[in-house]
Amino acid sequence: MHSGEWSVELIHSWLAAVKDPEIPVLNIHDLGVLRSIEMLDAETVRITITPTYSGCPAMNTIANDVRRLLKSKGIPKVEVLESLQPPWTTDCLSPQAHAKLEAFGIAPPQTGSPDKTALFSEAVTVPCPQCKSRNTQLISQFGSTACKALYRCSDCHEPFDYFKCLR
Amino acid sequence: MSPNQSFELCLRMGDNALILGQRLAEWCGHGPILEQDIALTNISLDLIGQSRLWLSLAGQIEGQGRDEDKLAFFRDSNEFRHLNLCEQPNGHWGTTLMRQFLFDAFHLPLLEQLCKVEDQQVASIAQKSVKEVRYHLRWSSEWVVRLGAGTDESHEKMQQALLDVWPFAGEAIQPNAFDLELTETCPPYNVQAVNKAWWSSVNEVFNQANLDVPEANWAPQKGREGIHTERLGFILAEMQFLPRAYPDAQW
Repeated sequence: MHSGEWSVELIHSWLAAVKDPEIPVLNIHDLGVLRSIEMLDAETVRITITPTYSGCPAMNTIANDVRRLLKSKGIPKVEVLESLQPPWTTDCLSPQAHAKLEAFGIAPPQTGSPDKTALFSEAVTVPCPQCKSRNTQLISQFGSTACKALYRCSDCHEPFDYFKCLR
Repeated sequence: MSPNQSFELCLRMGDNALILGQRLAEWCGHGPILEQDIALTNISLDLIGQSRLWLSLAGQIEGQGRDEDKLAFFRDSNEFRHLNLCEQPNGHWGTTLMRQFLFDAFHLPLLEQLCKVEDQQVASIAQKSVKEVRYHLRWSSEWVVRLGAGTDESHEKMQQALLDVWPFAGEAIQPNAFDLELTETCPPYNVQAVNKAWWSSVNEVFNQANLDVPEANWAPQKGREGIHTERLGFILAEMQFLPRAYPDAQW
């Protein structure tokens, strides 16, 4: 492919191949971390992404994967920038992301229930992604990655991850 | 916010997060149960991530070619601007929680103030961090209550932990010249609002935890001016050894 033969739309479709390394069913469109694709000149593309959590190590992997993918498609220069504004929230997840998370065994964030309130807010009800029971309990606000909390289902007794609501 | 003010603020915010994050990382693999070990290391990760944002911005503002790694690994103790509370040892589980709660109760309202300042770069990092720190405060508050209002033994240990950590807490809410200058020149930032919110969390949580709030007679601390306790040297020795021994080491 020669310079100028790629379009923003084409690059956008290629980037669907870049997955969250920790949650491989979600690509960067589902995650809502891709902010913009700009053609700076005939050889240079700038991709802007936004971090989910400040310390999330997946961001480095994602930036490297974006670079590697676009290089392999023949784009000579790829810049990957991180932008914090506006900050990412779980509202940035695509509508498909919720269904994909649930099918993967991770309870999706409960929309309309910002469980962020400091000091003893009521815990949200998170349905079990395995058996769909609403009889579940929080084990820890902090789970296997920065974005998840740990729950247990009191009916099927399976522990599960909850992609916690961040707003 | 002038470049000097913004640089100083970034160092303070970044160093608080870096040093406390490093302290919490010492718990990795030593937590009382797996879930809480993971919780502490998650909080550590959030803090180190935030530190990277603050120190990276500090380096940009300074314009001397120092990035976040240079600032973290190649400064000496008198150049660190964090509260001495952050460098105090982990002690037992209750001591760590107590230190965490007293810090979170300060960190959250401070970030809420910084979310509103005119400097967009500062506000962006604060807006990113504040969402994470809400979870930290909720978690540490719940643990202080659970243990403070728990068994006789857990209550006694928490009251003692409070007495041990308390003298260092005052630095967080006692404004120094820089805080007063920021309050004057960068509205709506207001150091008194942070102070008020801290006391409100402290009173509410200790009340629920059946813990007696000690008198506000603080030990004089000047961590924000670079005068630290002897604890910091040991942290830096561990944290900075590798990059100083192998300055070009890369992952």
